[in-house]
Amino acid sequence: MRLLHAFRALGGITRRECFKILNQRGRLASAIVRPLVWLGLFAAGFRSILGLSIIPPYETYILYEVYIVPGLAAMMLLFHGLQSSLSMVYDREMGSMRVLLTAPLPRWWLLTARLIANTLAVIPLVYLFLLLARFWNIRPPTLGYASALPALVLAGLMLGAFGLFISSLIRQLENFAGVMNFVIFPMFFASTALYPLWRLDDVNPLLGWLARLNPFTHAVELIRFSLYLQFAPVSALVCAALLLFFLGLAAWSYDPGRGFWAQRTVA
Amino acid sequence: MKALAVTRLSHVFGRRQALQEVSLCVEAGSFTVLLGPNGAGKTTLISLITGLYAPQFGEIRIFRHDARREPLAALAELGVVFQAQTLDLDLSVMENLRYHAALRGLSRKDADTRIRIELDHLQLTDRSSDKVRTLSGGMRRRVEIARALIHEPRLLIVDEATAGLDVAARRLLLAYVRELCRSRQLGVLWATHLLDEIEPDDPLVLLHAGKIRWQGQAAAMTREEEDLSKAFLRLTEHSS
Repeated sequence: MRLLHAFRALGGITRRECFKILNQRGRLASAIVRPLVWLGLFAAGFRSILGLSIIPPYETYILYEVYIVPGLAAMMLLFHGLQSSLSMVYDREMGSMRVLLTAPLPRWWLLTARLIANTLAVIPLVYLFLLLARFWNIRPPTLGYASALPALVLAGLMLGAFGLFISSLIRQLENFAGVMNFVIFPMFFASTALYPLWRLDDVNPLLGWLARLNPFTHAVELIRFSLYLQFAPVSALVCAALLLFFLGLAAWSYDPGRGFWAQRTVA
Repeated sequence: MKALAVTRLSHVFGRRQALQEVSLCVEAGSFTVLLGPNGAGKTTLISLITGLYAPQFGEIRIFRHDARREPLAALAELGVVFQAQTLDLDLSVMENLRYHAALRGLSRKDADTRIRIELDHLQLTDRSSDKVRTLSGGMRRRVEIARALIHEPRLLIVDEATAGLDVAARRLLLAYVRELCRSRQLGVLWATHLLDEIEPDDPLVLLHAGKIRWQGQAAAMTREEEDLSKAFLRLTEHSS
């Protein structure tokens, strides 16, 4: 693989993903509106019921809105990652995946490039949300916006790789509704996005353990800590390890001689 | 020189034998027709040649590159027009072509030069900034041909590209690709089920139910007082 060729392909794939997102106005709008609805309506309602003690990385008592913002940023990455996997399935069914997979580059790189492109395309939207959240008085330290960038990229790549792997398991586009019900919602609710770990432990220790084992929890905590200029080494390690694991599985699945691609029948 | 050499290629999906001991070759500069009814195995064969599936049994060579051992070198020689339309409908013609050029490793400058040349040949220059969605079926196919040629491949694989097009659009495409064989010494494997796309001098491979039923010069497939369609039915009906 020539390095220059590999980077040109990455540039081309990223440009395509950005054009596609910009063309899908509805998707663009809902990507921004979704977390704002959670912040403006859900969090406002829960603010009075849910008391929060001082937990790291926060140094004082915080409002519930402040607590859920990192979770909502991670939710944007999760939805985008899974929507990208939906577009992989769509591309496969429509045939345009063939254009990508017949490029003279290793498949693992083509999948990685697609993953990087998808992640880079969503990061500006997450920042837009974080800036809009300032209207709700959610104001992390200014440097926190910069230190959150690597965390957002790593979490985005991990959740995107998870989506990529899921896309290799879905045979037909119609099955995607099942993914929403059985993957996105359980991952989101059984995590620390909406409730801190101690509260989940309080309600049911099993729920607490589910949250600890949930990859999404680690994405949320990585973003939360970095936004407040702290580092969550365990979450960073888990996200990095899962990124490699899911990407490896996806590369295996899309290999022409192995995984689902080899089993797939064409007319 | 052989642009493509397929030797004793077999492929199974689960229990279904999709291809059985298929051997064929395409000479550089020749327009070779891969003829077969729907479901004959043409798309499976093309998926194997284009590296979408790994060969299970047999060998594929593209200009001396073994597709199993040097898949990337083999793919670099290939231009492909797939049966299904594979353009992004909401991107412009130019953006679709630039995307492909980037996947093939062309710099932006080289890509734009090559795209201009191919669009000009296919009379699409004035539509380059239009979204693909606004183009007719025939124009979309021409864009796909342009896309397959941007990186100047030496072997072009075309899988039923004319299906669903009107007569004029089909003639235009066919004439253009035949001209490429002559002018650029491009080897072409043209998969089709339409008999009127075949010329008597064309090398022809008849594939049916995953097996090669006949191959040679198209004119030699017919017996006395038999036209191509009768010969086609004779060779496919008895063996199905």
